[in-house]
Amino acid sequence: MDMVTLTIDGRKVQVAKGATILEAAKAAGISIPTLCHHPDQAVKAVCRVCIVEIQGQRTFQAACAYPAGEGMVVKTNTPAVREARKLIVELILSRHPQDCLKCEKNLHCELQELAENLGIRDVRFEQEVREFAEDHSTPSIVRDPSKCILCRRCVYTCHEVQGVGVLYPINRGKDAIVAPAMDKDLADLACALCGQCTLVCPTGAITERDDTAKVWAAIADPQKHVVVQTAPATRATLGEEMGLPAGTLVTGKLVAALRRLGFDRVFDTDFTADLTILEEGSELIERVKTGGKLPLITSCSPGWIKFIEHYYPDLLPHLSTCKSPQQMFGALAKTYYAEKAGINPKDIFVVSIMPCTAKKFEGQRPEMNDSGYQDVDVVLTSRELGRMMRQAGLDFEHLPEEDYDLPLGISTGAAAIFGATGGVMEAALRTAYELLTGKTLEDVDFKAVRGMESIKEAAVPVDGLNVKVAVAHGLNNARKLMDKLAAGQADYHFIEIMCCPGGCIGGGGQPFGTNNAIRGKRIDAIYREDQRMEFRKSHENPVIKQLYAEYLGRPLGEKSHHLLHTHYTPRSKY
Amino acid sequence: MAVATKKPSVLSKSALAKVDQIIARHKDQPGPLLPVLHALQAEFKYLPEEALVRVAIGLDIPLSKIYGVASFYTLFNLRPKAEHVIRACESAPCHVRGAKEVIEALENALGVKVGEDTRDGRFTLELSSCIGVCGVAPAIMIDDEVFGNLTPDMVPGILARFN
Amino acid sequence: MEFYRSHVLVCAGTNCSLKGNRAVREALVQEVARRKLDREVKVVETGCFGLCEQGPTIVIYPEGVLYCQTTVADIPEIVETHLLKGRLVQRLLYKEPVATKPVQTAPELDYFKRQVRVVLRNCGLINPEVVEEYLAQGGYQALGKALTTMSPDEVIATIKNAKLRGRGGAGFPTGLKWEFARKAAGSRKYIVGNADEGEPGTFKDRLILEGDPHSVLEGMAIAGYAVGADYGYIYIRGEYTLSIKRLKLAIEQARKLGLLGRDIFGSGFDFDVEIRTGAGAYVCGEETALFESLEGGRGEPRVKPPYPTDAGLFGQPTSINNVETLANVAPIISRGADWFRSLGTERTPGTKVFTLTGDIVNEGLIEVPMGITLREVIYDIGGGTKDGKTFKMAQTGGTSGGCLPQELLDVPMDYDNLAAAGSALGSGALLIMDDTHCIVDVAKCFARFFEHESCGKCVPCREGTMRLYQLVDKITRGEADEGTIPLITALAEMMYKSPLCPLGQTAPLPIMSTLKYFRDEYDAHINEKRCPTGTCKAIAARVQVAD
Repeated sequence: MDMVTLTIDGRKVQVAKGATILEAAKAAGISIPTLCHHPDQAVKAVCRVCIVEIQGQRTFQAACAYPAGEGMVVKTNTPAVREARKLIVELILSRHPQDCLKCEKNLHCELQELAENLGIRDVRFEQEVREFAEDHSTPSIVRDPSKCILCRRCVYTCHEVQGVGVLYPINRGKDAIVAPAMDKDLADLACALCGQCTLVCPTGAITERDDTAKVWAAIADPQKHVVVQTAPATRATLGEEMGLPAGTLVTGKLVAALRRLGFDRVFDTDFTADLTILEEGSELIERVKTGGKLPLITSCSPGWIKFIEHYYPDLLPHLSTCKSPQQMFGALAKTYYAEKAGINPKDIFVVSIMPCTAKKFEGQRPEMNDSGYQDVDVVLTSRELGRMMRQAGLDFEHLPEEDYDLPLGISTGAAAIFGATGGVMEAALRTAYELLTGKTLEDVDFKAVRGMESIKEAAVPVDGLNVKVAVAHGLNNARKLMDKLAAGQADYHFIEIMCCPGGCIGGGGQPFGTNNAIRGKRIDAIYREDQRMEFRKSHENPVIKQLYAEYLGRPLGEKSHHLLHTHYTPRSKY
Repeated sequence: MAVATKKPSVLSKSALAKVDQIIARHKDQPGPLLPVLHALQAEFKYLPEEALVRVAIGLDIPLSKIYGVASFYTLFNLRPKAEHVIRACESAPCHVRGAKEVIEALENALGVKVGEDTRDGRFTLELSSCIGVCGVAPAIMIDDEVFGNLTPDMVPGILARFN
Repeated sequence: MEFYRSHVLVCAGTNCSLKGNRAVREALVQEVARRKLDREVKVVETGCFGLCEQGPTIVIYPEGVLYCQTTVADIPEIVETHLLKGRLVQRLLYKEPVATKPVQTAPELDYFKRQVRVVLRNCGLINPEVVEEYLAQGGYQALGKALTTMSPDEVIATIKNAKLRGRGGAGFPTGLKWEFARKAAGSRKYIVGNADEGEPGTFKDRLILEGDPHSVLEGMAIAGYAVGADYGYIYIRGEYTLSIKRLKLAIEQARKLGLLGRDIFGSGFDFDVEIRTGAGAYVCGEETALFESLEGGRGEPRVKPPYPTDAGLFGQPTSINNVETLANVAPIISRGADWFRSLGTERTPGTKVFTLTGDIVNEGLIEVPMGITLREVIYDIGGGTKDGKTFKMAQTGGTSGGCLPQELLDVPMDYDNLAAAGSALGSGALLIMDDTHCIVDVAKCFARFFEHESCGKCVPCREGTMRLYQLVDKITRGEADEGTIPLITALAEMMYKSPLCPLGQTAPLPIMSTLKYFRDEYDAHINEKRCPTGTCKAIAARVQVAD
């Protein structure tokens, strides 16, 4: 590899040719402040906070963008640089609301942190905050453009990562703002509500809708029997939300915490993830055997569902009719569980702890009421649950490990891996192989479908059939697969799509600061969870067997069809 | 089943056909968006939302980007303007030669402030950064016509030509 | 070709057309016909002559007599006296500002005496809508010479030897730019003619394109050959309707004659040109913003590197050159680098086209050797300040340039000397102001321009231009205090070094230079709440209220 040697703040540094000054400085142990920079995104260099002096150049250069050159002499901390950075941040602050203490991003705000790091105690410009209408039009995401600092991270994510592209800079100069076309509400757009924008926004301009008050109220209501379900990915991220290192598994502590918050029953979405495998696996086998629409595409990810409804309505027949695990849980909680526990379903209040902002929308879909009630009452993201725990003063790190309640708390390793890209595919293959061949699958690890590669393909010989599968995560990758499918160039049997990069562990409701490196750590945690489970194949889940035996009958049976399957709505792009 | 748009049409059938023709004419050239927006504006005098949606579909460019581009340039109108658009230059060469007084005369004659339309919908008065005829400062443009070497007393006569 | 004893040239530039040149031309044609002179006298529409202040101008050849400020009513007299009787119409001759006697012919004028016309060689002399007239002046011979007798490397070497520097403002060596683009790897290469002339006070590119569009096309084709590009775009301001019309016509003519298109001069070299129009954004004059716009985006500058010669338009190696730079190319190829270096200065050979605006007698377009002093331009060519008022300052380089006071009138006009004086050569705009103007009021005008034209992409420019305007505005209103100037200074210093592109970096220049040279006037506004010229009405009103 070609290397270059340069001097930064008097220290000689050697880096690979093509590295930026920011990267070179990091290698030298020098941390240059940044704001618009994001490790997973293309260079923007618009905030100019990372400016440095390069000997022989009239102007400062943005360290995040400027390539390190042989013999270059860089100074990152001169009085002129410090003063310029301060002025730049003061300029931003003078047009940014000063309600930090009340802001959802308080203590998580990168602008706040930067202002503190630069030692800003005074803003020399008059306060002039722009007034915009906040957008509360969706159940998932809240936009407060007055807090937008035009870093364009959300624009990159929305267009380049998710291929949705509803946010863009509009207007010019001091009137510029990042907004949807014609300044429309998100509810009127083909937005997947994935919330990836909330993960990258450095300030409080885009956040999830906070529904914690509704949950506190339900818990406080003696009439309500409040049950909670936890999505597979949340056990790998709630620790991080509560200050533990990324990738810490906290399954038992999470259960303990939810009990202490006052939930009446702590159940697990992993249970219905196993159920999903039974239903969806059977659907795949049936479609293969009867010449049904192939490839079959997974339907667990609500951002993906909304995306395909808007952008590829012609391909909707490819979708599995299975509800997502969250919605299967809601339907069963207010039917099967209500019967078993002898509780009137109208008094049952179902709360979901999800990695996801799109789940909030899914929970409110009009078709999601097969129990006779709204199946899921409130969806909280990992971040909102973290907020509740902090409000309750829980010492999360020192909580004991507790077990989920019965019966909807029993699950397998196959369900746990739903949280990572490729997990649903792997879980389905584990079950489909055994159902089709009648033989025991010895090596359950389908490593070809794991990991952060954008689109993964594999062929698995099952009972004489070479099952071709593909896995995509992030909607821009999904788009590539769908274009292939629409063009008749995708001869797969089964496709797994997860809306968010890395799968649900990278979901839009996960802790702030999520990036691809952190996603990798969370994925590792998910597979550790799989490893430690007693059962690793969904069809081996004893409670699932019991559920079919005493309530549902068989996969794809009449009751399943009524409670566990759904239909989709073609939507317009504009 | 493909659903392109959900809204009923505001533009007439023939107008929509024009939009489609414009898109078809430029679709295959590299960087077609600005030529398409120019052509749409020449046709409609502004950029109707419905036309922009068709452009988004026709050129396969996100509508947000099209709106972001259209709102960036001062020559593109995102709303219908008055019959005649007056663009008064207030850059330094015009300023030095008395643009301020000319603009005040325009405001008085029209009974509007800069940025407004006259109530009868005949004139929109706007400021422009520079219209590139600094040799005859101060200057204004009314639609595509340039008027230079202006003094305040010339304003009523010029406006009268558009009545 | 028919033979005419006289040619009557009527300027058809935008400026003269505002003064009724069309009616004058029509009247001439009619009168000439009425007098049955139409087989002897030909009336020709030409591009701008430069002396816009004196328009509509008429020049009658072969004697070269110049008539100024003509009207339709003057036509019968011109035809009868001059064309029929062969006598001068004294009252329409140009009068030097310091008048001795009227001047008959154009070359006698002080205005023209000091000028050296390379770029404007044909402007005002040929009909820009007739390609044969360009050809008759030796047009496209340089292209032929390059394609048939020179290698691309030889073309580049010639331009490098000539030390031609970009005339758009940055002054980058053109030959070097071509060489970089030639050597860069790419599947296709482009030449872009930058005609997005947005600098207030600048209209040279418009008049070049109106007066001699083929000179630019020829320069682009030679550039294409040198660089290895087979396609060129001219990105031109949307407001330049006449330039666009003439350019379109010129492209069609050149294609018809095989001067653009496939296998030009049988050399195997293909080159074609397409026009793209801007839509009202000053920042698109910045090369990478121009690419963004041409590609269909918001005209926002890109991060550099990569430079355009490596990854420019559509991500391909691109040489982007200003209209005036391109118009210099053919003469250099025809007459050689040594000839070009004999003009101008050692470091910056050649000429520069300036546009004179403001309080100057001869508003208009001039072309002079590089290195001429500001004083010579203003007084010897420009005729000095209007109405005999006292000179206060000159802003060079357009609104992004600095303002120079009386003491600096002897600065030689080239890239390096003007930069050293805290200003810029820029696009060649020259705005003259007399002492009736308030420096703070003018500074506010500059600041407002940048506030309006900042693209909004980077923080220092977006927020900085807005705050600069507000702070200067405060001074004009009498609302400033002792903290205002230090804050302006801090902001200006940061902006000089921090923004993403030259727009933001030069935005503080005019403010910094006015603060440097006219600080006392700022102080009067701030400390005494007084506008010395009486321009700032708000401050006066405020003082009255306070009384």
